[in-house]
Amino acid sequence: MDQTPEATPSTGTSRVKRGLAEMLKGGVIMDVVTPEQAKIAEDAGAVAVMALERVPADIRAQGGVSRMSDPDMIDGIIEAVSIPVMAKARIGHFAEAQVLQALGVDYIDESEVLTPADYANHIDKWQFAVPFVCGATNLGEALRRITEGAAMIRSKGEAGTGDVSNAVTHMRTIRAELRRLYSMESDELYVAAKELQAPYELVREVAEAGKLPVVLFTAGGIATPADAAMMMQLGAEGVFVGSGIFKSGNPAQRAEAIVKATTFFDDPDVIAKVSRGLGEAMVGINVDEIPQPHRLAERGW
Amino acid sequence: MNHPLHVGVLALQGDVREHLEALLRLGVDAVPVRRPAEIAAADGLIIPGGESTTMIKLARNFDLLDPLRDRIAAGLPTFGTCAGMILLADRIIDGTADQTTLGGLDITVRRNAFGRQTDSFETDLALTGLDTPVHAVFIRAPWVESVGPAVEVLGRVPDRADLGPAAGRIVAVRQGALMATSFHPEVGADGRVHELFLDLIRTR
Repeated sequence: MDQTPEATPSTGTSRVKRGLAEMLKGGVIMDVVTPEQAKIAEDAGAVAVMALERVPADIRAQGGVSRMSDPDMIDGIIEAVSIPVMAKARIGHFAEAQVLQALGVDYIDESEVLTPADYANHIDKWQFAVPFVCGATNLGEALRRITEGAAMIRSKGEAGTGDVSNAVTHMRTIRAELRRLYSMESDELYVAAKELQAPYELVREVAEAGKLPVVLFTAGGIATPADAAMMMQLGAEGVFVGSGIFKSGNPAQRAEAIVKATTFFDDPDVIAKVSRGLGEAMVGINVDEIPQPHRLAERGW
Repeated sequence: MNHPLHVGVLALQGDVREHLEALLRLGVDAVPVRRPAEIAAADGLIIPGGESTTMIKLARNFDLLDPLRDRIAAGLPTFGTCAGMILLADRIIDGTADQTTLGGLDITVRRNAFGRQTDSFETDLALTGLDTPVHAVFIRAPWVESVGPAVEVLGRVPDRADLGPAAGRIVAVRQGALMATSFHPEVGADGRVHELFLDLIRTR
């Protein structure tokens, strides 16, 4: 062929940002705090790693302000693995996000697990070439994050607990609200948009499609292969595992088991097989026992 | 073949759904495949985009390497996109230390060749067999570093100075019953690249 296309390649488009999340589907993204942990995660079959300063269980135990990781640590993790590297920035902390973009991370998680930097505004994510994932406890919150430019959503759950109950609640809530929206008459969508506190155009698009325009993962409290399998059966398109791996007795083996369970989420024989002999799961905390002000899922709005 | 085409999409990880939807739009019977019996029943196979290291590891753990290699060697029409291209390549550059492939295509691919996510891009691309350019989405994509004599090059990044090291790189190939692209024709509504693959199945 002798015709030469004239279009100049474009980077940082919505399609390219949302596209990377599409490629991560059916996979497990693991929290890591060192290059060594990142390598263990990659070897276990993680589709990406999430770099952060401390895993949520330690943030809970130690308290204090939790921030973006040290750039040297992020460089080390990028150097150690060939899979995508994500990193967390504080809610509203656009300068941390600018730093992470400059470091070359592949995705930024604007995360409630870190201490929020702005209690009114989230980051204007359209200003970045790097894509963002954000947490949500319900559909309205997910749509507000997408309006701000998020290219991927994860249900929040309650990070650092090993208690999957809030992950279930949030995933069920988002999915139920999507089904309700899909069933509505078109003249009911104006009020639906008001109630969801999200722009009408996006609400209408989601109502017509019956699903979010971006990938929906689960997070917050997943600690076992069966937890991952349940969340996938509930409609998650992939899994974030935080403290559940590196706070367990045998991280490498547990990580690999959760990867297998996420692929074969609908095959109980496989889940049973990979659940054997994993050693101790992370100890865990019941979400009910955490005083309200210490619940991470309630950060972000 | 008298029955409707039955095309499997390898469903270990990745954008399986986009491929299934693209195939269903073209009116063929498309199913996710994860087990040897499912692979044995397919008239053609698509290996989707995703994370190549995860996919090859899962294939090994679930004893799919030999069933896949055997069927590919026996002439099963197979199409790999992005990670799927890496799995079909005989040789990889910049893989992980223990990264193997299924092989079949006499090519050397360079993993993550175009760079990190902020370098991911979309562009129009001329492709052999299509009258007008296809809109191609490249996500942390590999490129083909070199090809053996039996490999037909179907598409290249335009050879322009402003495209830097990406200029002129091979991004779509065919060899016998095997086809691979660095980009994701399953992202978007243009079914022409999948149609090229279905032609490959029908002529076997």
